[in-house]
Amino acid sequence: MSDKPLAAVPYLKIPEGADPYLEGHKCGNCGATFLGERDVCSKCGARDQMSAVTLPNTGKLYSYSIVYRSFPGIEVPYISAIVDLDDGTAIKGNLINIEPDPENIAFDMPVEVVYDDALGRKDADGNAYLSYFFQPAASA
Amino acid sequence: MTDAYIVGVDMIKFGRFPDKTVPQIGAQAALMALDDCGLTIQDMQALYCGNLGQASGMVGQRMLQEIGQTGMPVVNVANACATGATAFREAWASVKAGLYDCVLAVGVEQMGKGLLGGAGAKVGIPKEGLLGSGTMPAVFAEAGMEHARKYGTTFEQFAKVSVKNHHHSTLNPKAMYQIETPLDEVMGAEMISYPNTKLMCSVNVDGSAAAVICSEKKAKELGLMSRAIKVRASVLASDPWQERDLVMPDVNSCTRKAAAEAYEMAGVGPDDINLIELHDCFATAEILHYENLGICKDGEAGRLIDEGEVALGGRIPVNVSGGLLSKGHPLGATGIANIYEVSTHLRGEAGSRQVEGAKMGLTHVIGLGSACAIHVLEKAS
Repeated sequence: MSDKPLAAVPYLKIPEGADPYLEGHKCGNCGATFLGERDVCSKCGARDQMSAVTLPNTGKLYSYSIVYRSFPGIEVPYISAIVDLDDGTAIKGNLINIEPDPENIAFDMPVEVVYDDALGRKDADGNAYLSYFFQPAASA
Repeated sequence: MTDAYIVGVDMIKFGRFPDKTVPQIGAQAALMALDDCGLTIQDMQALYCGNLGQASGMVGQRMLQEIGQTGMPVVNVANACATGATAFREAWASVKAGLYDCVLAVGVEQMGKGLLGGAGAKVGIPKEGLLGSGTMPAVFAEAGMEHARKYGTTFEQFAKVSVKNHHHSTLNPKAMYQIETPLDEVMGAEMISYPNTKLMCSVNVDGSAAAVICSEKKAKELGLMSRAIKVRASVLASDPWQERDLVMPDVNSCTRKAAAEAYEMAGVGPDDINLIELHDCFATAEILHYENLGICKDGEAGRLIDEGEVALGGRIPVNVSGGLLSKGHPLGATGIANIYEVSTHLRGEAGSRQVEGAKMGLTHVIGLGSACAIHVLEKAS
């Protein structure tokens, strides 16, 4: 078992002695950015043009749903959100620290990426995980 | 290339048949489609069988073990919710190519109740409810909310789709349900994933549908042209790259690409279409496809549902069968069931839900991942 939390997804990086961050892979040919490592761009088909980029921790809410019914053991309601990060990369996650009511949720509202324990979820070996969440931007 | 015609087509009444096997359920529709044109399993030169839940289970062969092991080639097809339509299209393509002149396409599914999507993790921890939701009601809610952000589409407008399709299903004895659901009931039903309430989610059911496809020469030889349906276009598209589609499945680009190709292949436009069966897996989805299929301009879908243009008796009736929302959505069968529905109207045999004077119709399904299949059908002249 790891004494430090593991990353919930491969594109969340937890460097030694520095803040966690989200990593994208950007195509040197067409500029498309993807979550996660890859060798070939699915937009333009270019090979061996992908390079790692650190994704910004701020963006805007593109779309969402408020989920009231999920699988057994999953706490509801929660907001499933699609966020456009400031560099244009689209990413999905939970929008937290806001009342799950359409009245309170505005398209294009500024959000920031925050990193926290993965809701107490542990794997079969008892490892804890670090995940990312979105919350309304502090300046908003 | 020869033209291809549907000469026999049918579906079972959708329901729940836990005591039957998948091949048994498929066999029912296969025999009904054969009876519809008076042919036998021995007349079929190939079988294209669509099923998702037992994709590695040789469902087509096991179905022939129920109704006739002639030794014909069998192709088992899985393509998410486009499975049935893809099986149909493979059958069509084999006739168009001149490989065979009389083939059978079957779509069949046996389903449990409950949520689809958002599968558990094989490694690490489950992501459902941690990184948003992968459940189908949520994914299609997010797609609907994208329309809301662009055009101001309301919860009420999405809900009206469900009112309409449930109303249509009261006229369809083969639908799972025949129950009116007034607007307040739809909007007041249990919220699953805003803005989709329970009555705005398609029904998981068991079902099967089948079609016999012949070349023009064969259909004429057999004397089957009087009720034959000409396949004017058959198109399959996968999801073209879009900036968000890897985190937010894009059902729009895929449908628009398939629709443009289908209209071109058929040599017609949306104004020539008299009825549509489209993929209303959720009420939010139907709204998107009015625009994707070109029956209105972008941003007008809300008006279409408000003004009843897409209801039976309206300008272009959509999902007169009751749609996936009320007829039910047995994944692998849906794509052939909607071909059955349109064919039945083109034959003038749809009874109390008949779209009067229907000459040409369109069917659409989309499977996330993604696959979109569109067929344009016309009564043989």
